Amino acid sequence: MSMLLPLLAAGVARADGGQFWMPKAASTYAQQVDDVFYFIYFTDAAFFVVLMAAMIIMAVKYKRRSEDDTTPVIKGNHTLELVWSVFPTFLLVAMFWLGFRGWINMSVPPADSMEIRVIGQKWNWTYQYPAASVNGQELPGFEVAGADEACMQRIGDPTRDIECNAPIVVPAGKPVKLVMNSRDVLHSFFIPDFRAKKDVVPGRYTQLWFEAPEPGEHNVFCTEYCGDRHGYMYSKVKVLPQAEFDAWITEQREKAKASGALTGAALGEQLFASKGCAGCHKLDGSRLVGPPLNAKFGTQENLEGGATVTIDEGYLRESILVPGAKVVAGYPPSMPPYQGQLNDAQVEGLVEYIKSLK
Amino acid sequence: MSTSTLDGVGHGASGTNYLNAKKGLMSWLFTIDHKRIGVMYLATVLTFFLAGGLFALAIRTELATPAGDIFSAAVYNKLFTLHGAIMVFLVLVPAIPATLGNFLLPLQLGTIDVAFPKLNLLSFHIYVFGSLFLLYTLVTGGVDTGWTFYTPYSSSSADGNVVAALTGAFILGFSSILTGLNFIVTVHKMRAPGVTWLRMPLFVWAIYATSVIQVLATPVIAITLFLLIFEKIVGIGIFDPALGGDPVLFQHFFWFYSHPVVYVMVLPAFGVMSETITVHSRKHIFGYTAIAASSVAIAAVGFIIWGHHMFVSGQSELSGTVFSLLTFAVAIPTAIKLCSWIATLYKGSIQWNTPMLYSLGFLWIFAIGGLTGLFLATLATDVHLHDTYFVVAHFHYVMMGGVLFALVAGMHHWWPKITGKMYNDTIGRVTFVLSFIGYNLTFFPQFVAGSQGMPRRYHQYLPEFEMWNQLSTLGSYLFGLSLFIILGYLLQSLFSGKAAPRNPWGAASLEWRTQSPPVEHNFEGDVVCTYGPYDYEAHRALKS
Ligand code: HEC
Ligand SMILES: [Cu+2]
Ligand SMILES: [Cu+2]
Repeated sequence: MSMLLPLLAAGVARADGGQFWMPKAASTYAQQVDDVFYFIYFTDAAFFVVLMAAMIIMAVKYKRRSEDDTTPVIKGNHTLELVWSVFPTFLLVAMFWLGFRGWINMSVPPADSMEIRVIGQKWNWTYQYPAASVNGQELPGFEVAGADEACMQRIGDPTRDIECNAPIVVPAGKPVKLVMNSRDVLHSFFIPDFRAKKDVVPGRYTQLWFEAPEPGEHNVFCTEYCGDRHGYMYSKVKVLPQAEFDAWITEQREKAKASGALTGAALGEQLFASKGCAGCHKLDGSRLVGPPLNAKFGTQENLEGGATVTIDEGYLRESILVPGAKVVAGYPPSMPPYQGQLNDAQVEGLVEYIKSLK
Repeated sequence: MSTSTLDGVGHGASGTNYLNAKKGLMSWLFTIDHKRIGVMYLATVLTFFLAGGLFALAIRTELATPAGDIFSAAVYNKLFTLHGAIMVFLVLVPAIPATLGNFLLPLQLGTIDVAFPKLNLLSFHIYVFGSLFLLYTLVTGGVDTGWTFYTPYSSSSADGNVVAALTGAFILGFSSILTGLNFIVTVHKMRAPGVTWLRMPLFVWAIYATSVIQVLATPVIAITLFLLIFEKIVGIGIFDPALGGDPVLFQHFFWFYSHPVVYVMVLPAFGVMSETITVHSRKHIFGYTAIAASSVAIAAVGFIIWGHHMFVSGQSELSGTVFSLLTFAVAIPTAIKLCSWIATLYKGSIQWNTPMLYSLGFLWIFAIGGLTGLFLATLATDVHLHDTYFVVAHFHYVMMGGVLFALVAGMHHWWPKITGKMYNDTIGRVTFVLSFIGYNLTFFPQFVAGSQGMPRRYHQYLPEFEMWNQLSTLGSYLFGLSLFIILGYLLQSLFSGKAAPRNPWGAASLEWRTQSPPVEHNFEGDVVCTYGPYDYEAHRALKS
């Protein structure tokens, strides 16, 4: 019975545009995936109903009457066996073929796709947009990451930070290609409304593409287990009409240009938020994943293994670039190395910023 | 063998049997009697099942509401890791082969024991030894890598317990290799006169195919786990990209074992079905050769489809395509089995007793498990469904539902033979209804949550998935309750159950020709098999 209710409900649309089985279809290939899904679904349902009906009817009809019941000897039937071996084969090949066509579609990004870099890191997503020249003016690329401060203030509950994570912003009606990698462990970038998913792997690049015809907002989940806050590694895709998107991206690039002028502690402060440091380090003396970083400069630090070290610029720099080299006593060595992710000016900025914290 | 020992004549009242032939704890722990080893496995497996099940209930309790509020995220992650690791390595892999398989294989072949009785005992000791490592991690704070131990999360974790858990799984592998080896030789060499290959019960065929997989696939996981331990301790780069390794390589190795191992779990379940369905509908199995051959085909094809776990892992599009195509090939032998069992019911004399109800329940559950697998074998739909609750529901239907319903059916079917006691069938049937409803209520809603996009291994989830999760939690409590009831009335039967006759169900296979419970060396005299295990005509003729 449990199969019959959903069977009837299968095609019923919901208010939010989704259906009983599938969420709303918001990318160009989503409908194709759903068509394959429903092809399998109704084939399955037909088989299930036939098999189970046969089973139940026979269980009732041939229920044992007496202990002396005799039964005919039927050892098989070649025609029947041939039918149920061969007939499903055709359907299976059809399923494979439909799935294969859809998959090719999902795997090959159109040549004119707009490229965005996605970086997975415990436990947030960073989106990097490329540099561009707008009206003859060179504008730098920029990054979107971390939880939005204003939003966090509004919610006022630090455990619900997932609602405030920065979205990846994309234009409507234009193919977007995500080039992804991870700074630490496996993650996976999943947008249910787009039927799109791909693992995000350290040490190699993976790709995912989609085109969202309509503006709107869609959930992003991490679907590869990545540790403590895997269930909170949540973001959104924000699809804007082309004109709005253009305005947004230009504004961001100009901001980046302006903040490119930032140096020292001010740059460090901005990086501290955008590079995910704030996700593991608090600045109020309390422990999060890593130790608090305020009022640390010049003090002594106990290291794993018993040594101590004075916290100076050199130590801070090393702690950021190769955190595994000296691990603070009582903490797991779970900080990702930033070697190669930050340039000199940025590391200096972070060091200056940490020095300035009281 | 004389006709006087058939059906019901002269049951176990005659005195000694394998249970009371020797006394004392040591006579159990160091026995080389396959029946006692099977019973010890059963007791151990059920104990671990209880632990794994309690973890499952804790997980469902956390997921009753969207907020992650009962356990911390770290504790939750340990809960699902331990649940998975215990259920897979300690429960499902040995669930049927090591328990019923051990007990029944020699009996069904009409022989006195497995080929290497001491090796059999060693397998059990290795199993217990390996499980101590997992118990150690459990009491010292658990592990949080997921039972899949994916790198580089597992290799970069500083937690010393990861090494202990890996070592445990590594050791358990040897137990399963040795059991497999033992069973293969037993089937080849120990068959009683007249037990030709085509007169072997299908349960034996299933155990045989399972053993082949165990012997071929387990070394691969052993080496993989060993490499991982090595990487963690010595720091050479195999899987961890920070050391120059490849994390996707680990997935290939891991699934090269862990896909076939699904068949280590379900093939024996299929074997149980072929016995219970025929006996309780008193019908010759429909398509004996097709069922036997499909077990072997599944075992073979099962080895070349591991990549279907990795469609979105970053493996090449070509590999994805090939693995998808090959995966569909495994659907055909599975479909043949389902159809053959159902066809067996035709014009049968079907008993509505507990073992039969669980068998029919198995067919329902396994049909859903198998059919939903098609969505995951299909490339385009798998991209969406991979690593969501749809997959969780699918593999619980196949592995957990399939294996458990078959195990419960088998336990009820062979309980009289194993213990010499009859249980209360009425309570059994009522409990079946409860467990069947509870089971489907637990896992069916997870299909919907998953296809709607809810990822697995989430400590909290978005409110839109709440309803499905609450249904599932409710179902899991019902299901848990029903399992306790089963345990209760089965244990009770040990003390106050009626003595079981030799052959309470009128079965034609050899294990029912000895007394219940069997004597120490299985049969009172020499066994000569003159008709097939499903030949109820011949059996009847001989009886009267
Ligand atoms: C995934 C969590 C995580 C992230 C992200 C992270 N850290 Fe850390 N950090 C840690 C942990 C854990 C430690 C302590 C263990 C160690 O020393 O490696 C640590 C240690 C440190 C230390 C040494 C502190 C001391 O008391 O000696 C500094 C400095 C530091 N981090 C700076 C940063 C900066 C700057 C960033 C961002 C660019 C950052 N961390 C990002 C987890 C993190
Ligand atoms: Cu994750
Ligand atoms: Cu598989």
